[in-house]
Amino acid sequence: MQKDRRIKRKPFSFHLNTADFLLASEEEKAQQEIMRESTSFFKDGMKRLLGNKIAVICIVIVTIITLIAIFVPMFYPYDYSEQLGVIPGKQVDPSYNNLRMFEYGKTELEKKANGEKVFPHIFGTDNMGRDYFIRVVYGTRISLMVGLFASILVLIIGLLYGSISGYAGGKVDLIMMRIVDVIYSLPDMLIIILLSVVLNTTLTSLGGFLARLGTNMISIFIVFGLLYWVSMARLIRGQILSVKKQEFVLAAKSIGASSSRIIKKHLLPNCISVIIISTALQIPSAIFTESFLSFLGLGVSDPMPSLGSLASNALSGIYSYTYRLVIPAVTILLIVLSFNLIGDALRDAFDPKLRN
Amino acid sequence: MDSKLAYYILKRVLLAIVTVFLVITITFFVMNAVPGGPFLGEKAVTEAVMKALEAKYGLDKPLGEQYLTYLKGIITFDFGPSLKLRGKEVIDIISVGFKTSAKIGGIAAVLAVILGVTLGSIAAIKRNKFTDKTIMVLSTAFVATPSFIIASFFLIIFCVNYQIFPARGDTTAGLIVPIIALSLYPMSYITRLTRSSMLEVLGQDYIRTARAKGVKSSKVIFKHALKNALIPVLTYIGPMLAYILTGSLVVERIFSVPGLGRSFVNSITNRDYTLIMGTTIFLASLIVILNLVTDILYKLVDPRIDFS
Repeated sequence: MQKDRRIKRKPFSFHLNTADFLLASEEEKAQQEIMRESTSFFKDGMKRLLGNKIAVICIVIVTIITLIAIFVPMFYPYDYSEQLGVIPGKQVDPSYNNLRMFEYGKTELEKKANGEKVFPHIFGTDNMGRDYFIRVVYGTRISLMVGLFASILVLIIGLLYGSISGYAGGKVDLIMMRIVDVIYSLPDMLIIILLSVVLNTTLTSLGGFLARLGTNMISIFIVFGLLYWVSMARLIRGQILSVKKQEFVLAAKSIGASSSRIIKKHLLPNCISVIIISTALQIPSAIFTESFLSFLGLGVSDPMPSLGSLASNALSGIYSYTYRLVIPAVTILLIVLSFNLIGDALRDAFDPKLRN
Repeated sequence: MDSKLAYYILKRVLLAIVTVFLVITITFFVMNAVPGGPFLGEKAVTEAVMKALEAKYGLDKPLGEQYLTYLKGIITFDFGPSLKLRGKEVIDIISVGFKTSAKIGGIAAVLAVILGVTLGSIAAIKRNKFTDKTIMVLSTAFVATPSFIIASFFLIIFCVNYQIFPARGDTTAGLIVPIIALSLYPMSYITRLTRSSMLEVLGQDYIRTARAKGVKSSKVIFKHALKNALIPVLTYIGPMLAYILTGSLVVERIFSVPGLGRSFVNSITNRDYTLIMGTTIFLASLIVILNLVTDILYKLVDPRIDFS
């Protein structure tokens, strides 16, 4: 448009082009109007994420499970460690043990006959008369908590180690990465089992505050903090290294930007998507490891339930109480699968380099 | 073989030796942090008996010397006696259990590679068709499912509900379900790996050239494409065997297979410390060696990879 009206002129003359000072036509005015809001990187990614049907379904599933795990224990009439039918100083009422779904114990049946309302045992009770539904809910809570906190722990250690190694470069980087190589080649599951065995016994014997917190939980976190951060550190180091070499960082440096500005404005924003994605993928792997350890009898200690220990305990009664294995197994499956798919969807949505 | 490759192999072997050494060291010193020490455990005995026991196992010596003795024992495959199973040496328990475990694991690994490569190739050839989508959905689901859940469901379906196979893995028929349960995850992983590498290879120029020359489609796939598409699968063999080894811990527990995994899990619950130490070191060394072999094989097979 503009070009057509421009008359030919000598490039360095001060001759003004009168065509530049004409009133704008309606068409040109329309071009200036903002038709839709400009999208940020985050909005763009969110749009793509929410356009992914599988991801949305998974987010809904995870949200529902999380809400149940947080809020249901608050108003549920039974406690996860409460043995129904056991009153101190009285004879144990065995009619509460091994109830099937929606069955009631002896005294509860009497109450119901009297017209009182009794809250049903949705999944029945286990062999010690504990309400199974609340145990599954509590187990889910523990598994989610382990997944979340372990991922945060891994993130913090990996972020610090990886960014120092990547930013420092040279000999520091070389030594730090050799250490990572060695830890990386250790067979993680075996070392985890070994450490859990020892930490369990040592922390229990120490007693006090640590023991009350649940030694198994602590050993799981220590194990994660010791071993699982290496792949995160490698990832962040690689990302920092590749961003550090790019032209825009050089450009920023050449106009005199300080180190801290480069880190804050250029390095971190370019790493953030990788960090978020790998943290999201760390959660299911942590939940998986916790349930694996619990399944081997190294996870959280009784009466505290976790999904893995519930599944493990259900194995002994598998012929008559199959659903006791199915329920925690399906819950783990849902959580792990959903988090994995969400992580994949996040990667597709927020990592433009991997997009086809 | 050029000097770069030799240097790479030397570096990897050194790293493997350091790793195995580290595992032994960690195992020894971590286990010594257990109250009472790994060799005595929680036995309540009189002082005189304790002294005699300590002298017998050399526990009265300083820790450094004990460590050297233990190290020397490992080199000659002597892991000491089991704490809880009387009169049995740890190495005997390991070798008996490992025979069963190796049988299951070996069959599972072969099954996983054959089926995974086949399914992955089919998915790549039928790209975006119904077959491809079905294979991908199933393999994604299996990759995200923890092994003990797959094993538990198999136990319920095949052994409890339909009772096609015995639930106990003592007999040969009873080993079929554990093998399938163990191979599903690596199989799905290999399927995904083969599909993506196959797609990449099929898009390359030399495949187009072969097609343009009029080579039969089956020959293009089997002779030209598959050969190169299998290289990434090769790198997965090490991690796969490691996965199968650790996965056998739960699968053997669920199906009561008398293998190394089950004896390891039992030793954990019994706090049989010497057996835990021995099995950890044995399995860890095995995994490190397997990873070493796959890494070197990978470099030997694909000359395009640089060694930096």
